[in-house]
Amino acid sequence: MEMPKPNPAILAKRARIISRLREVLPFDAVIDDPHETRAYECDALTAYRCPPLAAVLPQSTAEVSEVLRICHEEGVPVVPRGSGTSLAGGALPTADSVILGVARLTAVLETDYDNRFIRVQTGRTNLSVTGAVEENDFFYAPDPSSQLACAIAGNIGMNSGGAHCLKYGVTTNNLLGVTMVMMDGTVVEIGGAHLDAGGLDLLGVICGSEGQLGVVTEATLRILRKPEGARPVLMGFDSNEVAGECVSAIIKAGVLPVAIEFMDRPCIEATEAFAKAGYPMCEALLIVEVEGSEAEIREQLDVILAIAKRHNPVELREAADSDQAARIWLGRKSAFGAMGQINDYMCLDGTIPVSSLPYVLRRIGEMSKEYGLGVANVFHAGDGNMHPLILFDANKPGDLELCEAFGADILKLCVEVGGCLTGEHGVGIEKRDLMLTQYSPSDLEAQLWVKDVFDPKWLLNPAKVFPLSVTETRRDQAA
Amino acid sequence: MLQPKSEAELADLLAAAQHPVAIRGGGTRPIGRAAAGEVLSTVALTGVTLYEPGALTLVAQAGTPVAEIEATLAAENQRLPFEPMDHRALLGTEGTPTIGGVVAGNVSGPRRIQAGAARDSLIGVRFVDGAGTVIKNGGRVMKNVTGYDLVKLMAGSYGTLGVLSEVSFKLLPEVEASACLILEGLDDARAIAALARALASPYEVTGAAHIPNRGGTSRSMIRLEGFSKSVAYRADALRALLADFAAVEVITDTATVRQIWKDQRDVTAFAGQSGDVWRISCKPSDGSGLAAKIKGDIIYDWGGGLIWAMVPEGYDLRASLGAFAGHATLIRASEGTRARIPTFHPEPAPLAALSEGLRRKFDPKGILNTGLMATAMPAA
Repeated sequence: MEMPKPNPAILAKRARIISRLREVLPFDAVIDDPHETRAYECDALTAYRCPPLAAVLPQSTAEVSEVLRICHEEGVPVVPRGSGTSLAGGALPTADSVILGVARLTAVLETDYDNRFIRVQTGRTNLSVTGAVEENDFFYAPDPSSQLACAIAGNIGMNSGGAHCLKYGVTTNNLLGVTMVMMDGTVVEIGGAHLDAGGLDLLGVICGSEGQLGVVTEATLRILRKPEGARPVLMGFDSNEVAGECVSAIIKAGVLPVAIEFMDRPCIEATEAFAKAGYPMCEALLIVEVEGSEAEIREQLDVILAIAKRHNPVELREAADSDQAARIWLGRKSAFGAMGQINDYMCLDGTIPVSSLPYVLRRIGEMSKEYGLGVANVFHAGDGNMHPLILFDANKPGDLELCEAFGADILKLCVEVGGCLTGEHGVGIEKRDLMLTQYSPSDLEAQLWVKDVFDPKWLLNPAKVFPLSVTETRRDQAA
Repeated sequence: MLQPKSEAELADLLAAAQHPVAIRGGGTRPIGRAAAGEVLSTVALTGVTLYEPGALTLVAQAGTPVAEIEATLAAENQRLPFEPMDHRALLGTEGTPTIGGVVAGNVSGPRRIQAGAARDSLIGVRFVDGAGTVIKNGGRVMKNVTGYDLVKLMAGSYGTLGVLSEVSFKLLPEVEASACLILEGLDDARAIAALARALASPYEVTGAAHIPNRGGTSRSMIRLEGFSKSVAYRADALRALLADFAAVEVITDTATVRQIWKDQRDVTAFAGQSGDVWRISCKPSDGSGLAAKIKGDIIYDWGGGLIWAMVPEGYDLRASLGAFAGHATLIRASEGTRARIPTFHPEPAPLAALSEGLRRKFDPKGILNTGLMATAMPAA
């Protein structure tokens, strides 16, 4: 992936920029030692690295505002960073940029159970938002699989999803308001404990804008009461097609499971060897989870099990207790770790219409043979958000490029069947150059207008989301 | 009246337009200051383009009647999750509400508290901007973070950023059963506390409303939906949970429950009466305090977070509320009142500047529903 060349004029005034930043931040909140800035050279897309000019770790909205005001005056690009768990390179810096990390903004500002919201600083991790309310039996619904580490700031930037979106939606459906600092340092409040916008839905376009419109320092999030109980069932099928049909049939039957997870044979084999969850060896496996009281769980599961039986499952296993439930989830939750044991892998994130599932899986299998690279599929089947894991060897020259080409072909296939490039990870740099396969130049131009309005100098995370050739004149005008 | 028959025709028309146009779907929701110019109607852009029940998705042309979409979904036992309000009774309008109008106004109903607003179910749009360029955003899949979410931006933009040509939704299954719990005689603050307790329970409440004055007493209402055994179980559980507020009556007759919530959704209590109608979105626990400042009739929805207020003609409700966290929108008023009091809630200066900046980009000629969402009054 190409990144813009650093602006020599900015590199030349590095000392001045750092000294100005030190004037407004505590000494240890400005990181400029080249040994230490290396900690910020990449996010979870580790194939691409570049240390930033400096990294700053402000502790308040006011400090964020000061930092942005200075960078705006100096014309320095700023790359906002949550916890650095982006798989798309959303927090990858350039050598002439300042990384603005929100890691020190972790406070819970307000919890309100009567009005069912929590207000937090956005460096707080996803899981610790739930952690702040679970003693009262509440939770924050979006649950990306990196939830132990990922920050709310990054969740808002990428509009993160998770396994339970089918019922609870993604970040944008659970975000009520933000405090955001604009690139010129202006602090704005959008939304709050009330619902919906009074004018244009600015909150809606900020969520998922990958840190290009402003730096969100505080967020008001919807919290929900935990269901009385939950139970998964595991189903094995002897073909992907039949498993796909079963997913559609369950959805059409009027049951709304909280999660429908899908794993194919390569993934089952790898996770079984790694986690020994006791999964059946078959072509496709579904984990379907429902929630509610005991009676409600029974009622929903009876419908689901009856549908499953009509699809000739090779295995049908209902968790009898919490131990068995944990075992059913064990393999799914260790899938990524298991794949990492056997190989380097690249995790894709395209979404497809559920009806195209069998066709897309078959085509991926064929392409896997053509490219000579293995693929394992594990994904959220209820909402069509696929996660093909392409296996490659990072130490083998040319393998990464081959893997990226294969990945691009899979994503093009997703778009071709009516889906999209990314369901929950974001575009970052990873899918930037594929944007024109999904959108026309004028579709993209309309998105650029939004950035023009929020960040006229194009300083916030400027080299992301859009093909560099498309944004070149705007970025150059800034420099 | 301009009535393009295709998206391409719509694009040509706007590319050539030199004067403002007033965009109209079914014409049943005349909200906002009346826009100047010739009427541009989307009613000839009709039809469900794609419906996949097994994927819970529907795509339709913007001028498609809401009733047609609801009938299409009902045949497969599915529905629009957000329960769009029909404004005809409240506003005394006639005509056929269109799905594009629902999106343009981000029109939702009582289920908004649980299933989200129209903007939350909307997964894709196609529209023509003020320069005549066709733009698409989102698509037909329910998880999509590819680029900026202009889908949300278009929802509730009342045609000021573009003319919608096609919209896509995620759907939900229709429910097997529903029930309505009724508590009588609670004052507003107690009622909102009862609704809050119900909403904070694990019993998945899909409607929480309070009518302070209904035939001499107050009436608080809680809706449950789902499989029949589950609804019965949750109704019992909630009855016990709320016992210290008031005796709880449970209505389980489907037709009755539907009618109660249809009336609530459409605010039919204020239909056919004189007076302006305002719609206020606030933090639910602020609801009764705000309502106490209002000289007029009140209906609460969304657990107290939505206040419908019917006030004497010309009364500046926004002024009497003073500053509060939320927004008040003037939904029904005479032309005279609408010329004097902005329909939409004034925004802080930086946000107003962003909104204005977006409008200039999407509508460079300034021809799309010009001034409809203006929060300052034009110089006389």
